[in-house]
Amino acid sequence: MQTEQLTSLITALVPDQKPGISKQYPEFIIPADKVNSLARELKNNNETLMDYLFCLTAVDRKDGFHVVYHMTSSVFRHTLVLRVVLADKVNPSVPTVSDVWRAAEWYEREVFDLFGIRFENHPNLKRMFLDDDWVGYPLRKDYKDSFTLER
Amino acid sequence: MYDFTPMIDSITGYLNGVFTPFWAGLISMVMLGVVLLTVYAVLGLYLVFAERKICARMQNRLGPNRVGPFGLFQTIADLIKLLLKELIFIKNADNFLFNIAPFIVIIASIMAIGSIPFAKGLQAIDLNIGVLYILAISSMGVIGILIAGWASNSKYSVIGAMRSGAQVISYELSVGLALLCIIVYAGSMQFSEIIASQEDGWWIFKGHIPAFIAFVIYLIAGTAETNRGPFDLAEAESELTAGFHTEYSGIKFAFFFLAEYMNMFVIAAIATTLFLGGWLPFHLFQWAGFNHVMDYIPPVFWFFAKTAFVIYLMMWFKWTFPRLRIDQLLALEWKYLLPINLINLILISFLTLMQWHF
Amino acid sequence: MEETLMDIDLKDKEEYIVNMGPQHPSTHGVLRFETCLQGEKVKYIIPHCGYIHRGIEKMCEKLTYPQLLHLTDRMDYLSAHINNEAVSLCVENAMGIEVSDRVKYIRTIFAELTRIASHQLWWSAFGMDLGALTTFFYGLRDREKILDIFEETTGTRLIQSFITPGGLMADVHPNFQRRIKEFITYFRKKLPEYDQLLTGNIIFRERTKGIGVMSKELAIDYGVTGPSGRGSGFHCDIRKIAPYSAYPFVKFNEIIFPEGDTYARYLVRMKEMWESLNVLEQLVDNIPQGQIMLELKAIKAPKGEYYQRVETARGELGVYIVSDGGPSPARMKFRTPNFSNLFIINKIASGHKIADLVAISGSLDLVIPDIDR
Repeated sequence: MQTEQLTSLITALVPDQKPGISKQYPEFIIPADKVNSLARELKNNNETLMDYLFCLTAVDRKDGFHVVYHMTSSVFRHTLVLRVVLADKVNPSVPTVSDVWRAAEWYEREVFDLFGIRFENHPNLKRMFLDDDWVGYPLRKDYKDSFTLER
Repeated sequence: MYDFTPMIDSITGYLNGVFTPFWAGLISMVMLGVVLLTVYAVLGLYLVFAERKICARMQNRLGPNRVGPFGLFQTIADLIKLLLKELIFIKNADNFLFNIAPFIVIIASIMAIGSIPFAKGLQAIDLNIGVLYILAISSMGVIGILIAGWASNSKYSVIGAMRSGAQVISYELSVGLALLCIIVYAGSMQFSEIIASQEDGWWIFKGHIPAFIAFVIYLIAGTAETNRGPFDLAEAESELTAGFHTEYSGIKFAFFFLAEYMNMFVIAAIATTLFLGGWLPFHLFQWAGFNHVMDYIPPVFWFFAKTAFVIYLMMWFKWTFPRLRIDQLLALEWKYLLPINLINLILISFLTLMQWHF
Repeated sequence: MEETLMDIDLKDKEEYIVNMGPQHPSTHGVLRFETCLQGEKVKYIIPHCGYIHRGIEKMCEKLTYPQLLHLTDRMDYLSAHINNEAVSLCVENAMGIEVSDRVKYIRTIFAELTRIASHQLWWSAFGMDLGALTTFFYGLRDREKILDIFEETTGTRLIQSFITPGGLMADVHPNFQRRIKEFITYFRKKLPEYDQLLTGNIIFRERTKGIGVMSKELAIDYGVTGPSGRGSGFHCDIRKIAPYSAYPFVKFNEIIFPEGDTYARYLVRMKEMWESLNVLEQLVDNIPQGQIMLELKAIKAPKGEYYQRVETARGELGVYIVSDGGPSPARMKFRTPNFSNLFIINKIASGHKIADLVAISGSLDLVIPDIDR
């Protein structure tokens, strides 16, 4: 599916989408509450069939946390990037997509572990790499570590 | 030629002449014990060495070659190292059972070696139920393994021990039935008589194809009974780290290690005695000259050469095959080996009844 | 076996929980499988990772691009070269530069050699997992030849850091082409030996066929890529989907087996070694002349976001760079293949025996530092 068709499809589903930053793939910035329903629709729609989520990550930017979903279709081979901007930097939260793609379950756990972004309705949102009693979220830009060599 | 009976008799006679019968018996027992233990230790050490050399050969390596010529003293050095190592005390283990388990295993293998005929007259005790005795004793080792697994209070050990139990109990059947085939042929359970019945040909040759099948089954089941080769599920280092002896250290571990090799030796020795004519030399039918030359080779050499051949086969399995899974292991026994064995036994009984064997 | 983790009461007292790892021979590193057993049967597996988490992504934010390249070696150390290539390609794309064909060819040759070396080590270790100890020495014997080639050109054997953004650290050794041609003829003779030792073995087939079946849908859903995904019929070879470096110039087949069991995953890797030899053969004689290193003033990605997918020996590696235009990235994300490949294990191994768990985790070919990063 071409970029224009994708744009029209996503505009139909989420009217308040904005075009994204990436020049490499078609990208859309969508509001947080729409992400689960849009993901489900994109996966199940016979014209998109975005069945393979190959990357889910977060970025700490000035305007808030960006949660970035890279997905592709194993049938049509078109790639799409969705982006959710979470302006709330203290208590960021976004609905999970782990019920759409199972792979997201662990990507989201990793993002929760390192960014502290809560994924609502996630089946098993626990620390993944760090200890359960670790204080802070290391990949945030304001993270201060007591034993960092950098002053 | 090369009959050890007069030598043994003269020693016993001398002891009886000098001491009272009680002391003579005691002294001969002590002597026998010392000799057996020495044989046991030397055999164990050099079996380990042989295994390391053979597997090195199969794996494009050199194997031990630093201590002594060709690395011959490597295992002795290893033994000294193991003797000096700390015995780790495990807090939550059942200490009495934990300490006794290696001894049960090693005693079982020493007792088994006692009734093996190394040459004519060179046998600690020639029981009239020799085969039954060996079967009974060699399966005692599994009790030690079970105790070791249980007493270690480690999860891997328990799984390993339970596997070992299931395995030995199953394969005991095949070992017994395969040996029974030869007992039916020979008509005796005494080792000396079984060997005597092979004067005119080894059972593997004159017992037709059923004897050969019994031999193959015995080898498979025997390997399984020693927890070796493709059947080393009780240890299974990629699954259970080291299975039942995970928690053992130092010389207690060495006991298990040594017992494994000695069990392998016992299995090979029984295969030699029952199927390959024991210490009897290799004869070809009518070639008197050839047979005469063969007779000059000492029977001890024949015995060890045949045993070494069987041991080599077992090592070959071990370093070639992947490990079986527990259900495949049990299926192999109960679904394949046992029925084949039973049919084989009926065939052999029929052959014996009709006097069709050579 | 659709339901596993969810329908089991975790507080059941009859459960026999065995921790396989962090130190365990079959996890190939510091990974822990919290395994719940019922006798020999595995009820469920909870993988725990993080024992070798070094915060590479955080470190990258403080380092310049040529510096952070050396960290990528330490993720999947068996595909070190391909990891370097991924970062280099991503930075090059960001800067809008293109390296010479010579660099592309040499990079691809190195990548394919890395792939063969990785598969050899996997084959060796897989045999060990199944209890066939001899495979280890056969595999490592042949891997030495590749490491020698690496050593001659790059000076190191395992983690080379030979590829940099803009080209290569140095030109190849004069013996390079001859050595590779020798290796191709040598290894073509040795590969049938691998089959004789393991593939044709009846016990091996019994142990692997029908074990740990992963359907294509499951593979896609969990994002299982690489040989593990292709063993389930998932067309996921980035070399075919989005060709990079010299892959557009060569002909090779994407190895696909639809069965999805351990044996299929095994066969994919065995066949991939043959394919990699073919790729090498096509490339090695045709290395064009060209510039080895582009003359760049500063290696800085312009402001923006960039994503690069490459195919390592274990699957799809994604490099995601968010740049503010500075010398170091604002955010660096590695989508590593092993991270996604790991978590399928609960799905495909529960219900099997412990020995099968070892076989399945072996067939997924996990490299633990790549999971934790």
